[in-house]
Amino acid sequence: MPFNEMEETDGVRAPYRRIADWIEETGTELLGRRRDEAEAIFRKIGITFAVYGEGGDPERLIPFDLIPRAFSAAEWEQLDRGIRQRARALNAFLYDIYHRGEIIKAGIIPGELVYCNSAYLPEMVGFAPPGRVYSHIVGIDIVRTGEGVFQVLEDNCRTPSGVSYMLENREIMARMFPDVFSGGPVKPVDHYPDELLRTLKEVAPASCPGEPTVVLLTPGSLNSAYYEHSFLADLMGIELVEPQDLFVDAARVWMRTTSGPRRVDVIYRRIDDDYIDPLTFRPDSMLGIAGLFDAYRAGNVNICSAPGAGVADDKAIYIYVPEMIRFYLGEQPILENIQTYQCGRKDELAYVMDNLHELVVKEVHGSGGYGMLIGPKSTKKEIEQYRKRIVADPAEFIAQPTLDLSTAPTLNEGNLCGRHVDFRPFCLVGKNIRLVPGGLTRVALKEGSLVVNSSQGGGVKDTWVLRE
Amino acid sequence: MLSRAAENLFWLGRYMERAEATARMISMGQRMAMLPGTQGQSEWTSLMQATGTPPPKGRAITQSDIVARLILDPQSPSAIQGCLSRARENGRAVRTALTQEMWESLNEDWRYLESMDTQAARRQLVLVLEWVRDRAAIFRGAVETAMLRTEGYFFLRLGSNIERADMTLRLLNVKYFLLLPETEVVGGGRDHHQWMSVLNAVSGLRAYHHNYGGDYAPWNIADFLLLNQAFPRSVAFSYAQIDGCLSKLEKNHGGAHNCQRTARAELNRLNRLDINAVFSDGLHEFINDQIAKTARISKEVSDAYHF
Repeated sequence: MPFNEMEETDGVRAPYRRIADWIEETGTELLGRRRDEAEAIFRKIGITFAVYGEGGDPERLIPFDLIPRAFSAAEWEQLDRGIRQRARALNAFLYDIYHRGEIIKAGIIPGELVYCNSAYLPEMVGFAPPGRVYSHIVGIDIVRTGEGVFQVLEDNCRTPSGVSYMLENREIMARMFPDVFSGGPVKPVDHYPDELLRTLKEVAPASCPGEPTVVLLTPGSLNSAYYEHSFLADLMGIELVEPQDLFVDAARVWMRTTSGPRRVDVIYRRIDDDYIDPLTFRPDSMLGIAGLFDAYRAGNVNICSAPGAGVADDKAIYIYVPEMIRFYLGEQPILENIQTYQCGRKDELAYVMDNLHELVVKEVHGSGGYGMLIGPKSTKKEIEQYRKRIVADPAEFIAQPTLDLSTAPTLNEGNLCGRHVDFRPFCLVGKNIRLVPGGLTRVALKEGSLVVNSSQGGGVKDTWVLRE
Repeated sequence: MLSRAAENLFWLGRYMERAEATARMISMGQRMAMLPGTQGQSEWTSLMQATGTPPPKGRAITQSDIVARLILDPQSPSAIQGCLSRARENGRAVRTALTQEMWESLNEDWRYLESMDTQAARRQLVLVLEWVRDRAAIFRGAVETAMLRTEGYFFLRLGSNIERADMTLRLLNVKYFLLLPETEVVGGGRDHHQWMSVLNAVSGLRAYHHNYGGDYAPWNIADFLLLNQAFPRSVAFSYAQIDGCLSKLEKNHGGAHNCQRTARAELNRLNRLDINAVFSDGLHEFINDQIAKTARISKEVSDAYHF
């Protein structure tokens, strides 16, 4: 049986008492009706999410489940330390691999995993971004498998999204059910945008005179996360720019404004490395700002996250994060990894091939829950087809045991049902490390499903970190 | 502010105003088509001509055509749905420059028309047209009560006033096209009703009476719509607003631009102009000339502010 977030054998677990009372008082029928209201509010505000290539409603909603997911103060304390630790180690790793490569010389991580990685950018070698920070917003996906047992599913060091849902979900809950928050039992999360802006300003280039000008760079309003981009820019009070709004002159970055060019110091970019600068990375790209990378290397602008930060969240590198923590920080990892088999290794491949029906197999470079095999939920035929793919290029795959993800109570057609959840906190790294008490809880709405990705029928919940 | 954002706000203002003005124009056409002795043909034709929409070839225009081409065409920049969805796209691209209420209002308009079909719209044409006017008023209210009076606001208002001047001129053109085949003496029964429809469309019937007394003399009505300095939908009034917005922007940025010089010169000319002179030179020529000048100011604005 998976770990039940709300119930234990002799009653309701402590962090869920207030939630259980609230459900009891309100009744699931009324909750069901309020859920529709919440959806109407989301639609009205226009918080939508586009899924490419699926057709249908171009601006669909991520379903919002009204029942919050809760952490006790003690649980959060453990998570908080573990998340910060991991964010520090990942940044230390990125600095190392673009400089002396000590961890490789020490024989801890195989060089080819780093240097042959498609996310590794030779252009970054020898360059240190301000504060030696590469990944300024680290999103760490965490699952729970037991009392006090939290495991990291994957790291997101580039531009993790979803933080707007953390903020909006809380906003909606507080708007619809103010009573349940009375007395302040839940730690607030609404200062996230201020903390993010502080972080971005901290890493302004040393040459920046006075107050830095920070902008948020979006690919544009057709991007699936555009809502989040505009939402964050708005709450931080910074300009939301598209590539065509920026240009480089004399190795400095400028934005086109109604009163002529204005200097830009820090770019919080929500576009991929490939599309930053067509001169350096992809000459065929229509997106991007020609010359941006030169301005960056000249120390005249900072790009957050740094180009090439993606190496650290690669699934093949993931396996070594506990080692990184020991190597760079001299600490024991607080959050565990999930047992992972590398199909590129002969002995491990043999084990994977023998146990496909019990494992989850993922593409090393895949994301978003696409291209996975979930052994126990697949037919013999699907497994055999997938087996052929692995044989063709074993190094491209990793495998993990099927996890017993914890379940949290979720409304389903008027009934309360257990559904699997995960959790993504957003750790901010500048000169200081900041972590808002909360994050995004994603829930697999289909019964028994383990896939929480919004592109595949996942929903979201408000996440509570309790004061005590 | 970003030049792109200024451009988006400018066009947001224009498209919202155009959606409303198009609704008003269709109401006018509908009223005219209800008059005895009309088959509705010339009214609908002139409506399409005035909005720059090609009428269907080789057959009579029906009310369904009007609904399909001037209301529910999401692609056409002359149709209400096209305007509202462009307004929303422009708004979406600069969400950070909009207040929450402005955005919610744009978003709701778009969703409502998305769910409407031609049959339903035709059956309740009057209601749909009123809905558009109501929604425009709500949006305007959201702008006026909550938007900061910084440059974004003035770009938005600049767009809406340029569009308003343009659409009032086009509205008068509808009436002009109608008069073309007319052999009846000006001032006759039908003419009278047509002028009333014009005034109704601009919500100016009562205001007109207060200003000019009871009779519908074409030159008085033209004076009211073109040169009256107190009536908010008149061309002169819109130009005074355009001039005001440009002054604010200029103060913000320093330096004089061509758009400001052109607008100021036009405003002064309109304020000195006598309606009899307009008629003796030809009303139609005057209107077309003024439409061209308004377009020129719009172009000069985009040059001055780099969009």
